[in-house]
Amino acid sequence: MEENLLLDAIERYRNGEMPEQEKILFEELRKNNSDIDQKVAEHSFFLSELNRMSEIKSLKHNLDKVESKLLNEGFFTGRPEKTKSKVIYLWNRYRRTIAVAAAIAGVVSLSTATVISKYTENKKVAVITPLVDNKLNQFENKLNQIEHKLNDATTSAPVKPKFEANFRATAFLVDGNGYLITNAHVVDKAKNLIVENIKGDQFYAKAIYSNDTTDLAILKITDTSFNKVTGLPYTFPKTSAELAEPIFTLGYPREEVVYGEGYLSAKSGYYGDTTSYQISISVNPGNSGGPVINKEGEVIGIISSRETNADGVVFAIKSTNIYAALREIRKEDNINIKLPTVNSLKGTSRVKQIKKLEDFVYKVKGN
Amino acid sequence: MTGLKTYDQDNDLLEALAANDANAIETIYRDNYSAIKAFIIKNNGYTDDARDIFQEAMIIIFEKAKSGSFVLSCRLQTYLYSVCRRLWLKRLQNQHRFNPSFELNHEIVPVEDELELHEQKEAEFRLLENAMQRIGEPCKSLLEAFYIEKKSMPEIADLFRYTNADNAKTQKYKCLVRLKKIFFEQYKDKD
Repeated sequence: MEENLLLDAIERYRNGEMPEQEKILFEELRKNNSDIDQKVAEHSFFLSELNRMSEIKSLKHNLDKVESKLLNEGFFTGRPEKTKSKVIYLWNRYRRTIAVAAAIAGVVSLSTATVISKYTENKKVAVITPLVDNKLNQFENKLNQIEHKLNDATTSAPVKPKFEANFRATAFLVDGNGYLITNAHVVDKAKNLIVENIKGDQFYAKAIYSNDTTDLAILKITDTSFNKVTGLPYTFPKTSAELAEPIFTLGYPREEVVYGEGYLSAKSGYYGDTTSYQISISVNPGNSGGPVINKEGEVIGIISSRETNADGVVFAIKSTNIYAALREIRKEDNINIKLPTVNSLKGTSRVKQIKKLEDFVYKVKGN
Repeated sequence: MTGLKTYDQDNDLLEALAANDANAIETIYRDNYSAIKAFIIKNNGYTDDARDIFQEAMIIIFEKAKSGSFVLSCRLQTYLYSVCRRLWLKRLQNQHRFNPSFELNHEIVPVEDELELHEQKEAEFRLLENAMQRIGEPCKSLLEAFYIEKKSMPEIADLFRYTNADNAKTQKYKCLVRLKKIFFEQYKDKD
């Protein structure tokens, strides 16, 4: 009961509800009794906490009120985009359609070309193209076959699979046990896949992982003739790359390996896609799936597409996406892919870097 | 709408915010939300995160404005953006998510000290909320009616069917003592 009296006195004192005379007495009491003084201090602190809670709750009430008003107005246009991944998913869906349209445009002869261009003009969709070379013509195939036959005759190299490829792209090793990274759009529609190293050794491969959202795919060489490769020279950074960082790539826009260099021009990809970078580099169909490497020898991205109507605007998937892919594979398939941890490209000249690198970048072909 | 307001207008807005004025809140939302949302979304966040962070920043600025000693040393827009940015980076850090990879072309001022103080206050706020949850009914409602909703004692006596305001008051103090006990026990554990 006495405690209640004290609490009441403290509250009245704080709220300025105490008559002058009582106030003087109360202050006197505080001065002379340290116990009471401490109680007053403690209770004052507690009351200020309660008061703060009251203020914040009423502010929150108004914040919510304003928010719901703005929400009804459509101010938070973010409402349909409930999750970010959804946006990227939709965007990628969109890109997939473009990829298909572009693939058709590449393969189908002139007779349908007008239809395609009409479609793109009306819908204005074909702004980016995946960088798979699907224009491998009969002539080139024939050449390859002859070349293969010649090779077969002169060396006892692994048996070259006999099939006519209708596209070509790039892949690179992430694990010496025959695991390669490339784009999902490279392997999605393929029935058969062959990878070929710089020496011309060809191996059958299959896609063990393909993600349309990130456009990443992981291939596994299934050929028994494949021997474990060691000394992968590059590493994979865990952090984002920097703007203006010089970068280079190796790939197969032709039958022969081609080097290209450029720089990182934006930290997001097409239409703000945060899973990729925009890079400025000269690439051609066939470069898809190639590694984007910085001067430290770190793979910062994987080339995936370019903007059709602009020069040198290329998009590369951030290599940080690989970590998530590997986790998924580990969980789903119980396959433990180990990324290389030793970087032997660092601090050497570009020519030496390429010499070391070229053994690990493969050509992907398929039909 | 693009934030071409003067410092005077900023100070007026702050004053109105301190008074919990809904119009001021709305103006601040309209002028600032989109930049903050863009920053958060570009840094691995969702729209909901943006709204969450914005509210938290509003609470911080509200409390600063209320304290009376706060003087804006930059545009309100810059200050609010800086607070939101810091809050979001901190949250990303706590969740061990990716490093921030995007910065908008937006002026920022250092706000680390303010946020440290805010975090401490936030922790106390949560302790109090927790204690409120634990005292049970009718104590919780009774105390909330008086201390949070600021209802008068006769009003409360009527609402909770006490025979008179004095009875309600006695009951209120009993509840308050219990609440304090739980709060300060937690408070000591915290340190």
